[in-house]
Parts: sequence; structure tokens; C-alpha cells
Amino acid sequence: MSLQTKSKSPAGADWTADQPIVSLCDVHKSYGSVEVLKGISLDVRKGEVICIIGPSGSGKSTLIRCINGLNDIQKGSIKVEGQEVNDPKLDLLTLRKKVGIVFQQYNLFPHKTALDNVMMAPVLVLKEPKKEVEERARALIAKVRLQGKENAYPGELSGGQQQRVAIARSLAMRPDVMLFDEVTAALDPETVKEVLLTIRELASEGMTCILVTHEMGFAREVADHVYFTDQGVIVEHGPPRQFFTKASDPRTRQFLSQIL
Amino acid sequence: MNDGAFRIDRHRFAVEHFSSRLHWRHGLWLALAFFGSFVLAHAQSDTQRIPSAIGTLFIWLPFILKGFGLNLLMSFIAMACATVLGVGLGLLQISHSRWVSLPAWFITHLFRNSPWLVILFMVMFLVPFEMQVPGLGIVRLPDWVKATFAFSLPVMANISEILRGAVNSIPKGQWESAESLAFTRAQTLRWIILPQCIRRAIPPWMNWYALLALATPMASVLGVREAVGNAQAAMEAAGARPEFLLPFYLFLLCLFFAYIYPIALWTRKLERKYVVAN
Amino acid sequence: MFQLIAPFFQDLYERTGLNFIVFYAPYEYDRFLSGIAISLQLIFWSIVASLLIGVFGAWAQSARSPVLRGLVGAYIQAFRNTPPMIQLLFFYFALGAFTPQVDMGGYYQPLISSFAWAIISLGIFGGAFNVEIFRSGLEAVPDSTREAAESLCMSKWQIYTYVTLPLAFRISLPALTNNLISLAKTTSLAYVISVPEVTYSLNQVWSDNINVPEMMLLLFLFYILVVSLLAAGLHFLERRLALPGYGQ
Repeated sequence: MSLQTKSKSPAGADWTADQPIVSLCDVHKSYGSVEVLKGISLDVRKGEVICIIGPSGSGKSTLIRCINGLNDIQKGSIKVEGQEVNDPKLDLLTLRKKVGIVFQQYNLFPHKTALDNVMMAPVLVLKEPKKEVEERARALIAKVRLQGKENAYPGELSGGQQQRVAIARSLAMRPDVMLFDEVTAALDPETVKEVLLTIRELASEGMTCILVTHEMGFAREVADHVYFTDQGVIVEHGPPRQFFTKASDPRTRQFLSQIL
Repeated sequence: MNDGAFRIDRHRFAVEHFSSRLHWRHGLWLALAFFGSFVLAHAQSDTQRIPSAIGTLFIWLPFILKGFGLNLLMSFIAMACATVLGVGLGLLQISHSRWVSLPAWFITHLFRNSPWLVILFMVMFLVPFEMQVPGLGIVRLPDWVKATFAFSLPVMANISEILRGAVNSIPKGQWESAESLAFTRAQTLRWIILPQCIRRAIPPWMNWYALLALATPMASVLGVREAVGNAQAAMEAAGARPEFLLPFYLFLLCLFFAYIYPIALWTRKLERKYVVAN
Repeated sequence: MFQLIAPFFQDLYERTGLNFIVFYAPYEYDRFLSGIAISLQLIFWSIVASLLIGVFGAWAQSARSPVLRGLVGAYIQAFRNTPPMIQLLFFYFALGAFTPQVDMGGYYQPLISSFAWAIISLGIFGGAFNVEIFRSGLEAVPDSTREAAESLCMSKWQIYTYVTLPLAFRISLPALTNNLISLAKTTSLAYVISVPEVTYSLNQVWSDNINVPEMMLLLFLFYILVVSLLAAGLHFLERRLALPGYGQ
């Protein structure tokens, strides 16, 4: 996977690779009168792997969806490569070309084969030549260990296989940052492993990843930094070794004792 | 969990769910449109000395309404017959004996797939107008009775199919547990299966009643004096002026709408209750 | 064709009295064939018109304007809750009275023939059901699937044409099949405005020749054949488009 930086639009022109690639500052988000994010700030550097953990309903998924612009925010700023996501003038398309997202429910297009699912966006959106895209798509499918399943329809694949196609589909857009929204939560235990393996490889190749996950063992192993959120705020964060052994906040400790 | 996010929610597309978007506002819209066109028709004709089209319609109103009464009567009787015959035919359809289920299947599909008008012609021309009934002597069958019988046939076939579908939709476990309690097939049907079918069959049953009531004007084609036949006779008697056509036919549409629309609203209410109950 | 079957049916009539006159008398044969041709055209064009109305109506129902939505809603209720036969009479006689006449050189003919009025009326009638069918199909496409397309930078139009519409069409197909079959049967009602379709022409044949049972049999056969073919075609389409792995 090539990770060459794309040409930047004027809004993010002053961004350089040594600055955080994703930067959240005091992000507030509410649905009606319910505030789900109450001032979240975090920075992600290029090549870093970030895990966000926390009890369900703590706003983790909302947070990750805001980075892709699928949800808007009421207050604060989210910057991707120096570009403000919350800027109404922002062309969402340029943002989404930089940021790929994989969903809990895979959300593959059920009427397209695995190969077509991967090829669709590069052909339709990036207008790249079909032949070139197909070559890349086949390589990506091989990369997620699904050779031979190119012509299978999503309905014919297991959950874990579908999720790996979904990862390949996102990668086909050559994103700079990948978001994973509880990608293993809907899977059978046996298929979780193959998906995690794919993500681990991706991380080791230097892809910037932001994961919302319940897989503590995995977070401990691959994350450069772990954030614990509860009720819309970041309670505690730190490198995994420190975080999992010397958590200081009682809420974190309680959560970890329930999970581990 | 493996079936992913894309689930097709089939029950939403069953026929009985079409009315789900019904709202009284739609009725208001229509009432306004109808009223507006009446005023328009009135304005066209009130300068002349002869009675206006609206005036004529008013004079003949009792006559047309009397015809509409026959429409209602035909729809009630036909629905009652169709329900009895349809349930019987449906039970024959699910019989284990091929000699019973095959003819029942054939009759069901013959009448489900033929146009109402063709069935009406068939009954009108092929059923004699007099019949020898043992004990009663010769009984004359008026046209409207034959038409009523004709209308009950397609509804009968559809009720038969509803019953078959409803019985098949009851989980196999119900049959097995009844069997384990030494119920016979008939007992299982009567006490276990059919009671579970009735509630879910009510909305489609009402839907078929509405379709039946909407079909009754076809009887006028064969001279039955129901609302449309009477309206046409009234137009003829009043001088067959072309300006009658719009208000008379519009009035007929309103008349049927006023009767069927509340039924549709009610059907929707029952559907919702059924959906919530599940 | 006619030469081939005529002797057989002539013979059948003479031996058994079964009078399938449309198969051995040239005049009745032509009347029968033209009835079939007109019926098939009527069915075809009514279905086309109802599909067009269905697609545009479903689109209009997702529009922002409450007036447009209200109008479409009223249209649906008006045509679903009134007898299709009176709708036909209304269109042909009441509205037909206002359409201009065309000079055909000596005599005048209405601009819109009874055949055209039948297509208009039946198309509008069937369309009222199709709008609802397509709308529920569109609504049944999960938001999350649309969202995935959005996250892949696809434009609104691309999402609509490549994701939402193909899925919605598949979801709508079973209900659509039912409605189109019902519409095909309803075309026999064009009889009431004297469109010489198959019901009307066979009706003339049996009035002239007093052979109701035989002609009735043909009429049943015709409709059962048409309905079966239509159903077979649509079920074939349904199977072709079925999403693999999402069994019925």
C-alpha cells in the first residue's frame, strides 16, 4: 500500500507531516438535548495506531464517525491533515478520500461481488481506469487473504470475510487514515482473529489507524496509545503498557476489571 | 449475526401494508378538489333556464343512492359467501389428499387469475335465470343475485389463498407439539392453527372487502340497477346533455370514496395494532 | 395458420356442435385476433405508464415540498379507493367531453381515442399502487448501506443509481409483480368504454353466434395465459436479480 501524501487543498496548505495527522480539539456533539461528546481532545500522528475503548454508549462510535464527516459536531474542531472537518466550506469528498472507515456491520453492497465492491469507488469516484483498478483490487483482496473469493457476493461470505472485503474496499481509495468502528463486534469469535490479523498487518505497514474496539488484548498489542472514554469525555489515556497496568482513575479500573 | 446489515424486511411489502401512509389530510385534499370541480361545473351551467347539471343531479340523488344501496347489499352478501366458500376451499387446498387438494388448487388459481369482468360474464351467461330447487319449485334468480355470486368467486379464491398462506406460516413446531399431544389433524387445525391465523388474516380480509365493493359497479354492464346503472339511466332520462357527465361520474367517485376510505383507514389501524402486538 | 386449423374446427362444429367460430370463419377470426392484439397492446402500454408514474411518484414523495407530497398522497388515495370502472367512465366520458376534436377530412374524431383513454386511466390507476411499492422499496434500503457509499466519496447521484435504486428495485419486485398482474387483468374493464379488446370482441362474437360457453373458454384461456406469462417473466427477473446469499 503506497502512502504518498496527496496534493493538499489551500485550507490545509500549512500542514506538514510532522504535525498531528488527525487533531481533535474540544469536540462537542449532541443529538437533540442529549450531549454525547462533551469536549474531546486528542491528537494522532502519522503512522500511529490509536485505540479508543470504553463502555457502550460512551460516544466512541459517534466520535469516530465525526472524523469522517458522517456526523457533524456542534462545537470544537476536528482537523485532518490540517484541514478543518467542521468547516461548512469543506468539500467532504476530499476529506473522505483521505479518511477511510470500516463499519461494525460491514455494509457491503449486497448486489455487487467482492471484487466489484472494492472497485466501485475508485472507478466511479476517482475515475481511474478500470483495468488498473481491477489489478489493485485483486491485490487488495489477496492482501486480506481472500484470493478465490473475488466473484463471491457478500451474502455468500462469512461475517469475517465480509469485513475483510470492507477493509479492502476502504483501502482501494488509498486513504491516509483508517477508522475502524467496532469492526469485530458483530463477528463470530473464530472469524474475529482473521480480521484482527489484517488490521495488525496494516498497522505494521505504517497506516495511521483509529480503532474503536472491545478487544483489549488486541489494543494492548497493536496500539501506540489507548484512550478510555466514558459519558462523552476522555477519562484517561496513555501508552498501552502503562494504561493497562497502572490505570489511575477508578472508572477505568472498574471497566478494565469487568472486561479483562 | 452473519447476515450483516442488509436485511430485507419482507412483511412491510405485503399487500395489506400499502395503506400505511394513509392520513385524514389526504381525504381533505380530495374533498376540496371534488368540491372545487362541482363549483366549476355549476358555474358553467347556471345561466340557462333548464335545470343545471348540479340541479339535475340533486333531483336524481335519491334514485342513485338507492342504486348505491344495492352495491352495498351485493358487497355484503358476496363477502359473506366468499368468506365461507374461501375458507372451505382453503381447507381443501391444504388437504393431504392429492385428489382433494389439486382440484381446490385449480379452482383457486382459475378465479384468482381471471379478470372480474370475465367471471361476471361467465356467471351471467352460463348460470340459468331459473333454477329447479327441490322443495321450493322453480326459483327465479334475479340478475343482481347472479352478479353477487360472480363477485364472490374471485374473493373466495383469494381468501382460500390467504388461508393456505396463513396456515403454512405457522411454525412446524406447533403441528409437532399438537401431534405429540395426540391431536388429530382436524383437531390441530381447529384448535391450534386456525385461531393463530385469524388475527393476521383480518387486515387482508378487509382489504379484499374494499376491492369487492369497488368491483360491484361492473354489474351495471349487465343491466343491474346499481349506482352506476341508475346514474346512467338518470342522465338519459334528464335529456342526456353532455354537461351531466362530469358531475354525475364525479359524484359516483365521491360516493364510493366516502364509503371505502374510512374502511381503508380502519384497516390501517388494525394493521398497526397487529404490528405492535408482534 | 388459419387454413391449417379451419377444417378441424369446422368439422368439430359439425360433429359435436362445439362452435369455435373464431377458428374457422375468416371474419370472426380477424375479430378475435385484433381483439388479442389490442388487449396485448393495452396491457403493455398500461404497465409502461403505471411504471413511469410509479417511479416519478416515488421520487416526488421523497421531495422536500409538503405540497408535492400531499398531492401525490391525495392522488394515491383517490385512485386506490374508487372503482376503476368509474375511473374509466370518468376519464372517457367526463374528461373526454372536454378534449378537442380533430378534423379528419369531413368527420371529426376526438384527439384522444377510447384506447388512449384506457391507457391513461389504467396507467394512472396502476401507478397509484406502484408509487407506494417503489417508495417502500426505497425506504427499505438500509441507511447504513447508503452511508458506506457516502464514506467512499460517492456522489448523491452515484449512490442513487448504483446502490439505492438497484437494491430498491429488487426489494419492490414481488409486490410489483402482484400489482402488474392485477393491472393486466383490470385492462378487461376497457370494455366499458368500448375499446375493442379481447373481452369486447369475443362478447360481440358470442352475441352474433350464440356460442357463449366456447368463447368464454377462450377468454379464460387468454387471460390465464397472459397472467402466467407475465408472472413467469417477472419471477424469472426476480430470480436473475436475487441477491446471492440472501435467500427467500
